[in-house]
Amino acid sequence: MAHAATHDHHDHHGAPSNFFVRWCMSTNHKDIGTLYLVFALVMFFIGGSFAMVIRAELFKPGLQLVQPYFFNQMTTMHALVMIFGAVMPAFVGLGNWMIPLMIGAPDMALPRMNNLSFWIMPFAFALLLSTLFSAGGAPAGGWTMYPPLALQGGSVAQMVFAIHLMGISSIMGAINIIATILNMRAPGMDLLKMPVFVWSWLITAFLLIAVMPVLAGAVTMLLTDKYFGTSFFNAAGGGDPVLYQHIFWFFGHPEVYIMILPAFGIISEIIPTFARKPIFGYKAMVFAIASIAFLSFIVWAHHMFAVGLPLGAEVFFMYATMLIAVPTGVKVFNWVSTMWGGSMTFETPMLFAIAFVILFTIGGFSGLMLALAPADFQYHDTYFVVAHFHYVLVTGAVFSIIAATYYWLPKWTGRMYSEFWGKMHFWNSVIWVNVLFFPQHFLGLAGMPRRIPDYNVAFANFNMISSIGGFLFGASQLIFVGVLIHAVWGSKKKATDRVWEGAKGLEWTVPSPAPFHTFEVPPVINDEELAHGHVDH
Amino acid sequence: MGQQQGAYFVPTKSSWPFVAAVVMFTTMFGASHWLSAQPSDTSFGKTVLTIGIVGVLAMFFGWFRSVIRESLAGNYNDQVDRSFRMGMLWFIFSEVMFFGAFFGALFYARMFAVPWLSGEGHGVLTNQFLYPSYTGGWGAAGGNGPAHIGGNFETVTAWGLPLLNTLILLTSSVTVTIAHHALKSAHRGRVLVFLGLTVLLGALFLYCQAHEYMEAYKELNLTLHSGVYGSTFFMLTGFHGLHVTLGTIMLAVIWFRVLKGHFTKEHHFGFEAVAWYWHFVDVVWLGLFMFVYIL
Repeated sequence: MAHAATHDHHDHHGAPSNFFVRWCMSTNHKDIGTLYLVFALVMFFIGGSFAMVIRAELFKPGLQLVQPYFFNQMTTMHALVMIFGAVMPAFVGLGNWMIPLMIGAPDMALPRMNNLSFWIMPFAFALLLSTLFSAGGAPAGGWTMYPPLALQGGSVAQMVFAIHLMGISSIMGAINIIATILNMRAPGMDLLKMPVFVWSWLITAFLLIAVMPVLAGAVTMLLTDKYFGTSFFNAAGGGDPVLYQHIFWFFGHPEVYIMILPAFGIISEIIPTFARKPIFGYKAMVFAIASIAFLSFIVWAHHMFAVGLPLGAEVFFMYATMLIAVPTGVKVFNWVSTMWGGSMTFETPMLFAIAFVILFTIGGFSGLMLALAPADFQYHDTYFVVAHFHYVLVTGAVFSIIAATYYWLPKWTGRMYSEFWGKMHFWNSVIWVNVLFFPQHFLGLAGMPRRIPDYNVAFANFNMISSIGGFLFGASQLIFVGVLIHAVWGSKKKATDRVWEGAKGLEWTVPSPAPFHTFEVPPVINDEELAHGHVDH
Repeated sequence: MGQQQGAYFVPTKSSWPFVAAVVMFTTMFGASHWLSAQPSDTSFGKTVLTIGIVGVLAMFFGWFRSVIRESLAGNYNDQVDRSFRMGMLWFIFSEVMFFGAFFGALFYARMFAVPWLSGEGHGVLTNQFLYPSYTGGWGAAGGNGPAHIGGNFETVTAWGLPLLNTLILLTSSVTVTIAHHALKSAHRGRVLVFLGLTVLLGALFLYCQAHEYMEAYKELNLTLHSGVYGSTFFMLTGFHGLHVTLGTIMLAVIWFRVLKGHFTKEHHFGFEAVAWYWHFVDVVWLGLFMFVYIL
């Protein structure tokens, strides 16, 4: 093994033919990125099937299909699987595939650790999902795992250890991304020449390293409170359940941005390509991402307005939260300004990107409403919150991942996907996702609580509409799978190297499909070919 | 940075990452089944946990062996060296944040949770209706909460063993630095002496810590069950002790590597990474000494 080390990338220009060797022992950022993306897609459907159970139960008032305790398992597992299994690995997969290509690096800085980061994930989810078949059932106390409720259900140890594993994976993945970006850039690829997607991942990786250990600490305290007799969250012993919420949300709020900052980066790549204009305000975009990341550390208690915080804390966290609207507004303004006066075409990635800008902004506005502490007493724990975070996570994070997939798929496979079916996927998704989540705003404002299997008959109509939207949105994603299978194995239409007429950046200078090894010799950077044009600094 | 010319180094395929994922899963699977099983039925979990831990140790041994071989073969250029440095620094930063969670719990329990339970601030009604006889305080005077969980206890005084341990760790930081300077001036004998001293000081620290724990359990009735005081005391000092244990093992491994002549005065990142880790453990201890023992 040691002898081959220095010669590896000279000797093997293709992928190894042995299946196990190629996929389980990989040190190739493209293969590991593919593994992440496929894993995320599988988890998206597992988490989605849990959501289907939830919407089926809520189709009509009264208990229809499942027992309340199982319903609670579904809400908990849906969130854990979608957050840690689908959205985060999808972004890591995109980062793995694209960051080395975008900065002109031959691979990630620490390729073996990269492989470990991935392979922990299937095992972590095997541990978590196995609880569905255990006697005590899956975790049912909500994905936030608030004590004492979360400690009263079964499978606390499995949940905690699964989260430890996911955390280890995320931290190693983030360390790798930082080392790659800071250490592996091609000569001339200055920090302020990097694509916005790379910048967004650099900042996201910092957030991950800062907060995943805090989550590990929080769940470790849950574990010791449950099994080893500590009193961190037990008032009788001088602890406080609210302490858990503080620690959890110190992780949880940056976590929310971990799931959206790479999305900002993706949208900032796609819109300039299809508007055929450099991004408007490149530096402002970078500084806005950094500002949002900084603010994410001082707003956590806006998730806890209703727990009885001191007045000073309510006021501080309310104003700090509203500040986030400023850099986010800068970003939305710049995306719109990039499109302004551009020669726009509307291929599938651009459609998803425009839908992102509009629908994510709706989610941002409902977030602003929730940020108002006095008003939050009314909205707290209602379907309004559910509507809010699904707008930012589904039409935000998930739409950006889908957009990125369509955008870079020809580069990955060397073949064009079916534009017709891509557009079918888009229009079905964008219509049904609004049928699914928009009525939930009304339900929440009318007072329907979240995380319940049954509800007042007054909420029946909107729930039925929402469920119909949910089933059809879920079914629409099968089109996506069809498009992917066709693009990988069936499509006859070869992609050009540049793929999109207006595409700029290093990733479009390599052949399609991208060869197994790229940039073994550092590329020469031509400033005019960068996605955001020439930047003075 | 990012300016280096010429060929990059991309490591060869390795089965160690996959093995690592398998043994980590085995460990966690065993531990969770051990904890969640009925008390009469823990043998399955314990067995799997043991296999997992042995596997993790074997994995570390194998993976590091292959890395050391590659390093000795001269495969790691300056760029790889920088990646390793960044990896270690950010890993230590993640460790800082992990301890941050437990320090945060300590400060919150002491500054907010306990005073509120005793009726301060907006805790007036909580105290009046739930715990009218609870007057709060920290340490022996109420640190185990209104229900006196774990019974009366006494705290460990800062100026006995903890002070000694502070001096031990501070001295060990000095010795490891002397060893580093000796390594940079290629005095291998001096490196072995001072690095060996550092290992011994680490072990001495652990011995004192174990002694302190035994005293706490047997004579002071201060246990993990002593309310939130006991929880924060043992979880903070316990995780720190775990890190000292790891650090001592790492220093010992480095000592043997120095003995075998693995390091040159230019290339000794393995040594430096462990030294950084040791300083980190030292700084965490100073925080512990201040906030857990003295104040």
